[in-house]
Amino acid sequence: MTNTDEALALQGDGLAVVPEAAAPEEHLPVKRSVFRRFGPLFWISVAWLGVVTVAAVFAPLLPFVNPLAQNYEAIGVLPGSPGHLLGTDGLGRDLLSRAVYGARISLVVTLSSVAIGIVVGGGLGMLAGYFRGATERVIMAATDAMMAFPALVLLLALMATLGSSVRNLIIGLGILGVPAFTRLTRANTMMYAQRDFITAARSVGARSRRILGREILPNIIPSVGAYAFLVIAMLIVAEGSLSFLGVGVPPPASSWGRMISEGRDTLQSTPHIAMVPSAFMFLTVLAFNMIGDRLREESDIRGSTI
Amino acid sequence: MSKYVTKIVTAILTLFIVSFAVFALQELIPGDPAVAILGDTATPEAIETVRADLALDDPFVLRYASWLGDVARFDLGTSYRSNTPVAGEIIRRLPVTLELMVLAQVIALAIAVPLGTLTAYRAKSRFDRMTTGILFGIVSIPEFVLALLLIYFFALGFGIMPATGWVPLTDNPAKNLHHALLPALTMALPVLAIYQRLLRSDMTATLQEDYITMAQSKGLSTSHILFRHALRPSSFSLITMAGINTGRLIGGSVIVEVIFAVPGIGQLLVQSIFQRDFIFLQGTVLFVAAAYIVVNTAVDILYGVVDPRVRYQEA
Repeated sequence: MTNTDEALALQGDGLAVVPEAAAPEEHLPVKRSVFRRFGPLFWISVAWLGVVTVAAVFAPLLPFVNPLAQNYEAIGVLPGSPGHLLGTDGLGRDLLSRAVYGARISLVVTLSSVAIGIVVGGGLGMLAGYFRGATERVIMAATDAMMAFPALVLLLALMATLGSSVRNLIIGLGILGVPAFTRLTRANTMMYAQRDFITAARSVGARSRRILGREILPNIIPSVGAYAFLVIAMLIVAEGSLSFLGVGVPPPASSWGRMISEGRDTLQSTPHIAMVPSAFMFLTVLAFNMIGDRLREESDIRGSTI
Repeated sequence: MSKYVTKIVTAILTLFIVSFAVFALQELIPGDPAVAILGDTATPEAIETVRADLALDDPFVLRYASWLGDVARFDLGTSYRSNTPVAGEIIRRLPVTLELMVLAQVIALAIAVPLGTLTAYRAKSRFDRMTTGILFGIVSIPEFVLALLLIYFFALGFGIMPATGWVPLTDNPAKNLHHALLPALTMALPVLAIYQRLLRSDMTATLQEDYITMAQSKGLSTSHILFRHALRPSSFSLITMAGINTGRLIGGSVIVEVIFAVPGIGQLLVQSIFQRDFIFLQGTVLFVAAAYIVVNTAVDILYGVVDPRVRYQEA
């Protein structure tokens, strides 16, 4: 997005395009501090994710109210009330701690799934991009077939067949992430495989395994890493959708999607029950999207669009 | 010509793989498929009947082949729970989902085209940055949250739209549109954001071209230049995406249909999951995936027909 803007600004007027002097900074050697290079929004997103992750990881040790504790004397309490920073839900459970524990689930599930996606998808993509030929055709045919399923439909079918549990959820979401990473690493691998240093390595007798592991892999890690953030954002939404529909993580676990679904019935009277987890989910997804977008711009891989 | 044949052959192959995967789902069911299919009504006699009907003792390949033969004749089986044929139910609900999809695309394009053009024309202005920022935010909102937000503000807050329910088009077109508006809007917003982004990035490039400067120097009005000269060459990515979305939105209406209680195919899918009606699930998933593939291939082929640049590029 911003690359085109900068290019435009450098070229000057087209049809009364407003010129800006901000662009040239990106093309100087990086003397600016890392902080200013990425922009304030990026760092705010990092901060939010940091807070959420720390809270999620250390949740049992931190002074949060028990997320399962139902309190019939404090049903539907509004945010800002004493003892319940973000209010309570329809059964009197504290929303802040439920949200934090929900973050635990979302993060565990999505991080595991994205790991599967990277390892399996990335591996397959590298093989396809390096060896070409029949290997590539088979792998890409399978990838295209998988992309032919609308994602949610595939997930629903899988969860319905296998039954909903955290393990199956991770497998299902992992499968969802594989095709995206396959295409990315294949495009990147193809780009690097033609370069001279690969030819040089091959000519001194390096085996394919070594070339893939020592030469190509370190080069594609930046773009895979950047893309991973975007995929995590997508997986959080996917997991949330499944939980919302009721086929995600089984209760009493408080996944964000399930919390939102529970708040749906009383949307008019007590909207905060649905809005608090919605806000958490929105901010987290937004943060991942921002970071992933920005990192992609920095990696600036041309010719590797999906 | 052979390019089209390749596309069609690829599509058919993908359809096969997809049908294989959908049928293989049956194998993943823990336990006896017949028990899972029958659910509550699983008496020993019923199980025997189902096992005989579906020939569950036959090898996988044989069963797959016979199922494929049925599918080719548009017979997706009959549910054991409700005794209704799957294919008939799908056909009955298809127009509803299609209406949502068409409405969503129309809304998205109607807003995205002017918005994308304007933000391209006034690139890097405050309007542009604000619009892009807001749309980036909208894309980050999960669909079901967006639906709830819209319901909260428009249905519950202002009370101008119904929160759920559906009136068939044939019964009362005005009421039908009234009910369809919020669901279609929910589907349209994320799609709109992507369209705007695509159009903007393509159009900012087009506006640099010489012929635009020429048109400007001829004294043509801005709107004439924007919409009559610049729009068409910039709409390549936009039309690609719109085509892809046509197929994607058929299966992508699941959440919206569930929340707004719209009797479409998405709702059928979710219902079949909750009722553990496996025959319906299988048929619906196959239909949605097949529709996606067919629509994508058709759009792909139509592309080459409509846009000569595609034809010559791929030569």
